[in-house]
Amino acid sequence: MKARSLTPLLLLLLCGAFLLSLMAGKVWIWPTSWAADNADGWIFLELRLPRAVLGLCIGAILGLSGAVMQGYLRNPLADPTVLGVSASAALGGVLAIYLGINMLPFGLFGSAMLGAGASIALLLAISRGGGPIGFILGGMVLSTLAGALTAFVISIAPNPFAASEIINWLMGALTDRLMTDVWTALPFMALGGLLLLSTGRALDALTLGENGAKSLGIDLIRLRWIIVFGVGLAVGASVAVSGVVGFVGLIVPHLIRALYGEQPSRILLPSALGGAILTLTADSMVRLVPGPGEVRLGIAMAVLGAPFFLLLLLRYRKGSL
Amino acid sequence: MTLSVSNLSFSHSRQPSLDGINATFEAGKLSVILGPNGAGKSTLLSCLAGVLKPHVGTASVDGTDINSMPATARAQRIGLLPQGAETHWAITSEALVALGRIPHMRGAGPSADDLRAISAAMSATATDGFANRSVTALSGGERARVLMARVLAGEPQWILADEPLANLDPGFQLDILGLLRRQAKDGKGVVAVLHDLHHAVRFADHLLLLHEGKLFAQGSVDDVITAANLAVVYGIDARLFKDDDGSTQLIIKGKIKS
Repeated sequence: MKARSLTPLLLLLLCGAFLLSLMAGKVWIWPTSWAADNADGWIFLELRLPRAVLGLCIGAILGLSGAVMQGYLRNPLADPTVLGVSASAALGGVLAIYLGINMLPFGLFGSAMLGAGASIALLLAISRGGGPIGFILGGMVLSTLAGALTAFVISIAPNPFAASEIINWLMGALTDRLMTDVWTALPFMALGGLLLLSTGRALDALTLGENGAKSLGIDLIRLRWIIVFGVGLAVGASVAVSGVVGFVGLIVPHLIRALYGEQPSRILLPSALGGAILTLTADSMVRLVPGPGEVRLGIAMAVLGAPFFLLLLLRYRKGSL
Repeated sequence: MTLSVSNLSFSHSRQPSLDGINATFEAGKLSVILGPNGAGKSTLLSCLAGVLKPHVGTASVDGTDINSMPATARAQRIGLLPQGAETHWAITSEALVALGRIPHMRGAGPSADDLRAISAAMSATATDGFANRSVTALSGGERARVLMARVLAGEPQWILADEPLANLDPGFQLDILGLLRRQAKDGKGVVAVLHDLHHAVRFADHLLLLHEGKLFAQGSVDDVITAANLAVVYGIDARLFKDDDGSTQLIIKGKIKS
């Protein structure tokens, strides 16, 4: 199938997934009662709508960041977590909950964004002048350090309730988010997303290796700044509102590549669409699992994503992976 | 039209260094850079392409310092075929060749000029037959031609090729050399790093011989490729003689025992 007919199909699927996310849950809310002045209408406006919008934005950001990271590092196993931004933002969030800052307006969000910002600054300092290897190693070290500090904070939590609150937040979910969460995160995601979308041509040039790209007039240092800021702002904001949701950034670009071919610039926008579709669908599914409470989105994504990715690896074992 | 370096020095722990190189390359000629491994050939070519910035001295195109030009303006004039024939994604040959137009692209899609240049480059390299095949599925010889087409698609005045013959069989090596030669004949300036002395003797209009980061000799084939020079620089025992048609021929007898 040609890309021309694929993109409308993805858009159609996205509309479907968005509508599903608006309706699905322990209580199904049909479009007829969206504007109703009763409990259903209230659930729709205050709970379902912000949740669906966040799922759409976060999924799109994760898919897009994954595609950019894989293109930049020329490695199909890279994803946004490679940079350590997610882990650092998570540490910021965990600290906020530990210190009780999350009770203040924007406390959790601000703290997580500070974590993401600190990781951006460190990453740029560590990898200055180096190639992608320094970049990956710097990100891994940051990721490990932030993970260890997060575990430390959990271990010194004053009581089991605080610990469980932290762990629950860490697992990633879109439950009970409000429209204010959407408005807080949206500017960061939009700016980060635009920065990431602007990298297409440079990523294409990197197909020819670093010297090839440089000889085509691509400024690789500028590209690195754009990517670090783009991922930092967008993924930082998404972790700040939803905790860590994994696998979207890793899997989606692979699926999109199978449909659109491997040229890095061609898969950026489709990966954003694909990420949104996957996240919205998974977030609708977790609400439909019977039983008390609900499966965390982060867990569901990993439980579904890991076997799926293994299957992909087995199928393409003989390919260029 | 000239591409030149003056008093150029470069030193880095991860790259062979260069020390006080002065050289001028002319359009319409096929210039060849020779020298043993680690002599600094690729470093020099990278400085000429603006990919590396010299620590001392300048590289300039028609008198303008290439490191003071905007990167896209430089990329429009100087094309580089990097070492190693890297292609990281399984994109089609045509998409790969189109990458050569990046310095010219302004809008979202390719312009009519871009499309014309891409198809001209592909027919010049006889790669239009596999335009829609993935570059990862091509043979080494086919891929070398596609990568060459990528450089030609940018329509640069200068074509710099870093070991363009590596891993190619003799037939494909001659194909690529023929392409470079034709470009020079059409008025482009061509500078190639080569390892094969036989090819250098046969095809070069102008030669540079590097040795331990310094320019050891430069000039015509007869000036540079002498038994004495090859003995010092490569430590080989080479014999040179004139063939019936007046061309210089080279035979390498062996390593000089030290």
